[in-house]
Amino acid sequence: MGERIYLDNAATTKVSEEVLQEMLPYFRETYANPSAIYSFAGEAKKAVGIARERAAALIGAKPNEIYFTAGGSESDNWAVRAVAEGLSDKGRHIITSKIEHHAVLHTCEYLEKRGYEVTYLDVDGEGMISPAALEKAIRPDTVLISVMAANNEIGTIQPVAKIGEIAHARGIFFHTDAVQAYGHVPLNVGEMHIDLLSASGHKLYGPKGVGILYIRENVRLQPLIHGGAQERGRRAGTLNVPGIVGFGTAAALAGETMQERAARETALRDYLIDRVLAEIPYTRLNGHRQERLSNNAHFCFRFIEGESLLILLDQRGICGSSGSACTSGALDPSHVLLAIGLPHEIAHGSLRLTLSAENTREELDRTVEALKEIVGRLRDMSPLYEDFVRKA
Amino acid sequence: MYSEKVMDHFNNPRNMGEIENPSGVGTVGNAKCGDIMRMYLDVDEAGVIRDVKFKTFGCGAAVATSSMATELVKGKTVQEALQVTNKAVMEALDGLPPVKVHCSLLAEEAIHAALWDYAKKQGITIEGLKEPVADIDEIAEV
Repeated sequence: MGERIYLDNAATTKVSEEVLQEMLPYFRETYANPSAIYSFAGEAKKAVGIARERAAALIGAKPNEIYFTAGGSESDNWAVRAVAEGLSDKGRHIITSKIEHHAVLHTCEYLEKRGYEVTYLDVDGEGMISPAALEKAIRPDTVLISVMAANNEIGTIQPVAKIGEIAHARGIFFHTDAVQAYGHVPLNVGEMHIDLLSASGHKLYGPKGVGILYIRENVRLQPLIHGGAQERGRRAGTLNVPGIVGFGTAAALAGETMQERAARETALRDYLIDRVLAEIPYTRLNGHRQERLSNNAHFCFRFIEGESLLILLDQRGICGSSGSACTSGALDPSHVLLAIGLPHEIAHGSLRLTLSAENTREELDRTVEALKEIVGRLRDMSPLYEDFVRKA
Repeated sequence: MYSEKVMDHFNNPRNMGEIENPSGVGTVGNAKCGDIMRMYLDVDEAGVIRDVKFKTFGCGAAVATSSMATELVKGKTVQEALQVTNKAVMEALDGLPPVKVHCSLLAEEAIHAALWDYAKKQGITIEGLKEPVADIDEIAEV
């Protein structure tokens, strides 16, 4: 198997050396509970404060608008559910999109079972929602618009500022799941009219198990987790100090390196996309060609199935992911691929490769060579390809 | 997630390919659930399966079960091939993860579909063989 080539950075990233070093003292040296009175606790409390400032600075928020959570899923659950439940007197209608992460979609389904109505906006073939369709979907009883900043599968970046503008013109709260976008694309909660924003540490070279929910000052939100006065009474639980410190450091580094990193990743991404599309026939790129995350390449290879592809890539040391049904144990392929209009048999042959700041062109060359061989081999085995060749 | 046998059959599929002018050919499964299997049979005058080939669109388990199914029916009589069940395929592969059991049902069904086509072409009836169901979802509910 040669060296491992890790191309699944949308799933998780490696904690950077700087982040790890900043975290370490908070396990065994400054381990105090920051809620305690003694001065030892003050050091931990101070570190949390710095992390909060850094997390806020990355999106133009105030530190007291940042709430630390256990990750993106918790933040999404909290935002959608608490806004809906808090405003139930005003209305019980939510607008979201068909391609949200399940942390948002399943929370919406939970609310639907409890008397809420949800409009799931369609997306076009490139995974983009239509601001005009959003405007049309707004009703007098709409209390929340939740649209992700960037899609976790196909990488399409939504017109966040435009969505925020529409929401605020109608006095509706706007939440964005920015788990894939935070630290990767510029976000500004003021300019983009964002009221709530979810992010996760491990997507930007920070630790797993820590995230944030940004809540604009004027938004009143009931806690999701009860049981303590932490986070100004809004999120109970002893603070995960090492995780929070790691998140803050990751956010600060992401802000400093964003421009350079995105430029480097974009060049690599486009190199990968161009080679795959040019050298492997009957292949399509999913997601928007330009308005996409700088580290995301997402393909469908016709006539083959994603899990087989992933296993054979894995045998060559290459880590990728697929929206194929077989990888999830479900029968239907990814809801995102179906929402962009792909037929089932094409959606089954999907492959997501997501880069990090550390990937090299040589790694991508090896990946393309492996893909050519594997796709060819699986097509030789495929009755769909056999039928296609016969007809041609 | 997969046994060594499954991985072996996935990596080195036995009898993968096509047969020109087959005695029988059957295709089962659907693209919706992501598995399609095609089985080709070459049956001699005595009713013995002289050769068998498969093609599969699907996951690792789908490929491995097809491959194993061809091994289990090769050299057998038509009647013996009919006795190759999904359980036999699974056992021969040292088991499958629960979510992949439907692949073995599909492999059994692919053999039946090819036998059905063979019987039709020969104008004969194979005792105990029912017309195969193309959609694996319907089979799973039985």
